[in-house]
Formats: sequence, structure tokens, C-alpha cells
Amino acid sequence: MLSPEHDLHRRRRGRNASLALVLGGFVLLVFAVTIVKLSNGGQIRGFDHTPETLVVGQ
Amino acid sequence: MTEPAWDIYAEAPRGEAQMRDYFALLKPRVMSLVVFTAAVGMLIAPVGVHPVIAFASILCIAAGAGASGALNMWWDADIDALMRRTASRPVPAGRVAPDEALGLGVGLALISVMSLFLFANPLAAGILAFTIFYYAVIYTVWLKRLTPQNIVIGGAAGAFPPLIGWAVATGGLSIEPVLLFAIIFMWTPPHFWALALFADTDYRRAGVPMMPAVAGAARTRVLILGYALVLAPIAILPAFTAIGGPLYLAAALVLNLRFVLGAWRLARRDEAAARADGFAVEKSFFGLSIVYLFAHFLALLAEAGLGAAGLRLADWPQLL
Repeated sequence: MLSPEHDLHRRRRGRNASLALVLGGFVLLVFAVTIVKLSNGGQIRGFDHTPETLVVGQ
Repeated sequence: MTEPAWDIYAEAPRGEAQMRDYFALLKPRVMSLVVFTAAVGMLIAPVGVHPVIAFASILCIAAGAGASGALNMWWDADIDALMRRTASRPVPAGRVAPDEALGLGVGLALISVMSLFLFANPLAAGILAFTIFYYAVIYTVWLKRLTPQNIVIGGAAGAFPPLIGWAVATGGLSIEPVLLFAIIFMWTPPHFWALALFADTDYRRAGVPMMPAVAGAARTRVLILGYALVLAPIAILPAFTAIGGPLYLAAALVLNLRFVLGAWRLARRDEAAARADGFAVEKSFFGLSIVYLFAHFLALLAEAGLGAAGLRLADWPQLL
């Protein structure tokens, strides 16, 4: 039987921690890109089939 | 309780690779060249990119390059095991199982292309997808073991990154990134043939039809000179486009003169002389070829920096 302290577990723990860092980094990256895209979001409004006019000054 | 039949204490079982083994599958040295040329393509483009989008896009391009490397190592594990230069790679060394390399390659390819599509634009993602396909299928699976022209045609895979970088910034393509593509494309054969001259035994053992094994070392040396001569005007041409200037022209003239002279020295040597000094000139030319490419792109980056600082000559001639 493998003991919890076996080298196999230590190696897997290191690999799992690295993978967690990579996935966490990817989530942060998507979040950061989303913020930037929303901040510059001139073209993000969906088409809603309603003709509109922009009235300046009202 | 008895000990298991396989000795878990002696070595890591297959499939128990460490993160550094997976990282090695991504060919980090090739990846660094890809990242550098793509970043330059992006930074010298006439349209600015938000730093976060630029960073995310570069990561996608790096992951795409890594995917190509993993797929290459998966397919080539049998011949990698026969070559001294590649025998210690994770798959032939038994640290990573072949199907893990395949899974990592396919997974990274899908994630990198889809992410670049969302982060940047469809054109950049499309070129990245084509680049991965070109390197993994057209070069690795099809051409590498078939013809001595393998790296001539396959060299295109390494030439796409500046196009991707430019496409991320502008959403389109123009003559400037196409010239950068042409530089890397024409540079690849002399670069790899110089390597093949002094790693000839390895390639012969693995049965890879590199030019020295098929056409002979003497013919390969002449071909290297020929490519260096054709490459020189192509590498100088960007000086007279929107991304060039006097600094790039000076750098390109010096670099190409050195490159052609190096190729000339290579062409004048025979095998006996090369073996006598341990392929010193061939190894030196291989090193020079790496500096050559980096320096051209650095010069373009410097030109872009001068332009951003308002120091670019207004009446510099633009032919293209």
C-alpha cells in the first residue's frame, strides 16, 4: 500500500499545483481581456431590431 | 503487504511526468523565437494594440507554437530516440507518454486558436490555426521524412508569426509583414542546413533525408551560399518600406554582408577541412544565423521606437 507521504504523491502535488496556477492565470487573463473589451466597447451592443436615432444634447 | 511487481521506488512510472517535462514538450527555444518575431510584427504595425490584448495575444501565439512542438514530438518520437541531439526529449526518454503529448498538443492548439479568435480577430486566429496545421501535418508528418526540401517548404511554418502579430494589431495584412515572412522563409534553409552539416550522422541514423545526406555536403554548402545571396536583397528591402529607415538599412547591410561572407567561407571548405577542426566554421555560421535574424527584427523594433519618439526621417524613400 502506498503511504500518503510517498514520492508519487509529492510529485503529483507539485504537478497539480502548477496546473492550478496555469488555470488560474488563464481565468485572470480572460477576465482582464473582458474588462479591456468592455471598456472599449463601441461595438458590443447587440442588434435589437429597433431603429434608433442618436439625439445629441437632450 | 508485499511490494508491487513494478518498482515504484526506482523511477517515475510513465505518465507521472513533472511540469518541466510538459514544458519541454512545447519546445521553449523555438517558442521564444516565435514569440519574439510575432511581438515585433505586432509592435511595428501602424496601429497600436492595448497592452492587455497584446499580452494575451502573445500568450496565445506562444501556446500555438507549443502545440506544434508537442505534436511534432509525439509524431517524431521514434526518430528522436535515434538522434543524440533529441534522445533526451520527454517522449523518447519515457518521461511523457505519447498519448499525453498528443493530448497536450491538440488541447493547446484548440485553446490557443479559439482564444486568439476571441482576444484579437478571426484573421490572426486563422493564420495561427494554419501555422499549427502546417508545422504539425505538412512539415512533420508529410515532408520531413519524404524529401530533402523538407525544411525549405516547412520553413514557412516558422515564418508565419510576424504575420500573426501584424494581423493582431491591424486586422489585415500588407507588404511589410509579407517581407518579414519572406526573410524568415529564405533564412530557414541556410540555418538548418548549417546544422545538418555538423549533425549529419544523427540525421542519417534516423533516416531523415536532410540535404547533406541526399545531395552531399559539397552541394549543400553551395546551396547555403545561394540562399544567402537571394536572402540579402529581400532582407534589405524592408528598409524602403513604412517600417524601415536608415538604421535598419545600416544593420541589414552589415548583417547580410557578414552572412554572405560566412556562407562563402562555408562553400569554399571541403569535408576533410571541416572534420579536421570539428566543424568550427559550420557551427560558427549556425550561431551567426541566429544572431542575423534577431538583429534584423531588433533593428525594425528600433525603427518603430524612433518613429514613436518622432525621430523618423520624413523624406526617407519608400519604394513599397
